[in-house]
Amino acid sequence: MSTLELINLQKRYQNGYEAVPGLDLEVRDGEFLVLVGPSGCGKSTVLRMVAGLEDISGGDMLIDGVRVNDMGPQQRDIAMVFQSYALYPNMTVGENIGFAMKLRKTDKAVMATKVAEVAALLELDKVLDRKPGQLSGGQRQRVAMGRAIVREPKLFLMDEPLSNLDAKLRVQTRAEISRLQRRLNITTMYVTHDQVEAMTMGDRVAVLRRGYLMQCATPQELYHTPDNLFVGQFIGSPSMNVVRAEVVEGTGGLPALTVGSQTIQLDDAALAQLPGVRGMIGRSVAFGMRPEVLGDEGTSSIDVDVELVEMLGAELLVHATIDAPSVKQTDEGVEIGESNTSMIVASMDARIRVNAASRMSLTLDTSRIHLFDLVTGDAIGKAKVDVG
Amino acid sequence: MIEIFKTFVTVALGLGAFLAVMVGLYWLASQLPEPWRDRARVMVFVGPALVLLVGGLILPSLYTGRLSLFTGPNANKWYGFGNFRELFTDSDNLIVLRNTVWWVILVTLASTVIGITIARLADRMRGEPYAKALIFLPTAISMVGAGVIWNFVYATKGNDPDKQYGLLTWLWLKAEPILPGKQDPHYWLQDREFFGFHSSFLPGLNTLFMIVVIVWIQAGFATVVISAAMKGVPDDLVEAAKIDGATDRQSFFRIVLPYVKGTIITVATTTLIAVLKVFDIVQTMGKGGQFATSTLANDMYQRSFPLSQPGYGAALAVILFVAVVPIVYVNAKNQRNIREGR
Ligand SMILES: Nc1ncnc2c1ncn2[C@@H]1O[C@H](COP(=O)(O)OP(=O)(O)OP(=O)(O)O)[C@@H](O)[C@H]1O
Ligand SMILES: [Mg+2]
Repeated sequence: MSTLELINLQKRYQNGYEAVPGLDLEVRDGEFLVLVGPSGCGKSTVLRMVAGLEDISGGDMLIDGVRVNDMGPQQRDIAMVFQSYALYPNMTVGENIGFAMKLRKTDKAVMATKVAEVAALLELDKVLDRKPGQLSGGQRQRVAMGRAIVREPKLFLMDEPLSNLDAKLRVQTRAEISRLQRRLNITTMYVTHDQVEAMTMGDRVAVLRRGYLMQCATPQELYHTPDNLFVGQFIGSPSMNVVRAEVVEGTGGLPALTVGSQTIQLDDAALAQLPGVRGMIGRSVAFGMRPEVLGDEGTSSIDVDVELVEMLGAELLVHATIDAPSVKQTDEGVEIGESNTSMIVASMDARIRVNAASRMSLTLDTSRIHLFDLVTGDAIGKAKVDVG
Repeated sequence: MIEIFKTFVTVALGLGAFLAVMVGLYWLASQLPEPWRDRARVMVFVGPALVLLVGGLILPSLYTGRLSLFTGPNANKWYGFGNFRELFTDSDNLIVLRNTVWWVILVTLASTVIGITIARLADRMRGEPYAKALIFLPTAISMVGAGVIWNFVYATKGNDPDKQYGLLTWLWLKAEPILPGKQDPHYWLQDREFFGFHSSFLPGLNTLFMIVVIVWIQAGFATVVISAAMKGVPDDLVEAAKIDGATDRQSFFRIVLPYVKGTIITVATTTLIAVLKVFDIVQTMGKGGQFATSTLANDMYQRSFPLSQPGYGAALAVILFVAVVPIVYVNAKNQRNIREGR
């Protein structure tokens, strides 16, 4: 039963590098919050500050409303699972799990019961007497989990705990961790660079970019109403297609989008989703379409040249070119592609037949498109949802 | 000039001849039919080492073992285990054994503990590389050199307090106001008593002062090796321990030390073997083991050569050999453990 609040939290490393310029974030009681972002965006830095392993350069950190900036990791009552697991090689599995209790001089019998309980929960009972060196990768991961949950800490921190597992085990363990967290109801902060992990596990997901919080919301909100181009492109796989478009005045005075040589008329349904676009006539914008919005139902359409068709069983990935430059938001800012054509991907029903090297018209549901500012990358006319 | 030139030519010729023989043998081995070819090739390379091992180590060892059973200046009188009996019964000989035991215990313990302590304290200190370089410096000095240097530290000159140049004596005299009693110039390296206390089990003060010198040399080695091992302890192990609630002290004793245990054992056994052979310091500082400072290795030399008792000298060598065997065993086992990742 705990909360974590980060108020204008800052981290400047000794070499002067400002890894976290100022972060406001709240993890609610019992919540599973995922910190996600590309490599080097400061996820581990934030987590290590929460753990007390890294000094806080500025701002406040509150656990249960108590400022913990100046407390060492020993006093914060948190548990952490490391990417490397950091199991003590000289101790058996049982000793690893019981180490924290041993340091607290817990009664031997109590300790043995607790270790046994956790071992049973994680199916480690058969390997309690082994050293970490004699375990499989998955077992090591579970020992690391066991070491963390046995203490019933206020906060549970995990830094990419699945990245050393193979793909299949990762999916399985992902679900196990989620279930365990729900069952124990421990406030959790989880770091990953994998957006699938973030979306599947998080109650809420915080997307970081160069130490800045880009958006913190539920997975659905992040996916359907990204605050900015960065979040839009980071979340989702295959990622959102984004090309440059011009907002022009179309039929009946309603705005339309010019994409390369084509014009896409926006109807009332679309404008209800994108109210801000009305004031943008004459300006260039970044126009985003998720792959599944292309070639599905819709009133509008867009013509493309199909280059490659990938059959994935349930869906069909159509890679095609369109005559407009691509746009993406990187660490440096919004970048517009140099070439006047770009690749887009449509994810379609596998029963549709598509020929490679043909020109085709993809239907487009304009009420599900996204528009972003070409300079700031901010979503245009997004009907503001209170993220709070 | 000519001499130097001659030497060079001789060495070059020798090396050339050796190479020629090796290449020739290898070529010959390569001519053999298949099942023999590989074995013969291996023998070409292993053979010379094997010859050296047998001729230089095994045969002399066996010869020494035989020698230890004889007595007389030419070791031609059968004596059975008489030398060993003397070794373990004669009171002077027992002092040699006693000294060696104290050398081994004190030097190994002190240099390992000092090594661990300094490695821990210096870790992440500001001038760590310089501190470690300073600590390591004595390791580069020969034992004889160290003995000579420390002879000056312990030197005493007559009874006149104003004529002393030895550092220890000077400090001793300067400490007059602090210490109880009256301080007179003292011949440190001739003091065979344990702080004025006569015992047949405790080492003499002079032996302790010599032990300080070896610790001075060995601690540098221990520090550098253990410090390197401590740097290899993964950071996240220590961090995980902290999060589990361990204080710095607890994480040092429960995580870091166990992690470098193998290295510590290696350092300790290496030091142990080095100390068992201690000879140079006793020669230079104890004038060849006088004033009850002799050790096994020193006595082995004194008996075998100046005193013409080769049989007894050989017996001492056998004892040294027997003492080394368990250490080598522990070390080998430790190496295996390290290799297998504990
Ligand atoms: N000790 C340090 N001194 C200086 N800069 C550092 C230090 N540690 C990390 N950084 C920098 O801070 C930034 C954030 O690092 P951090 O480890 O938090 O990234 P991350 O988001 O966890 O990345 P990854 O997904 O690769 O683990 C990086 O640019 C990194 O280079
Ligand atoms: Mg990281």
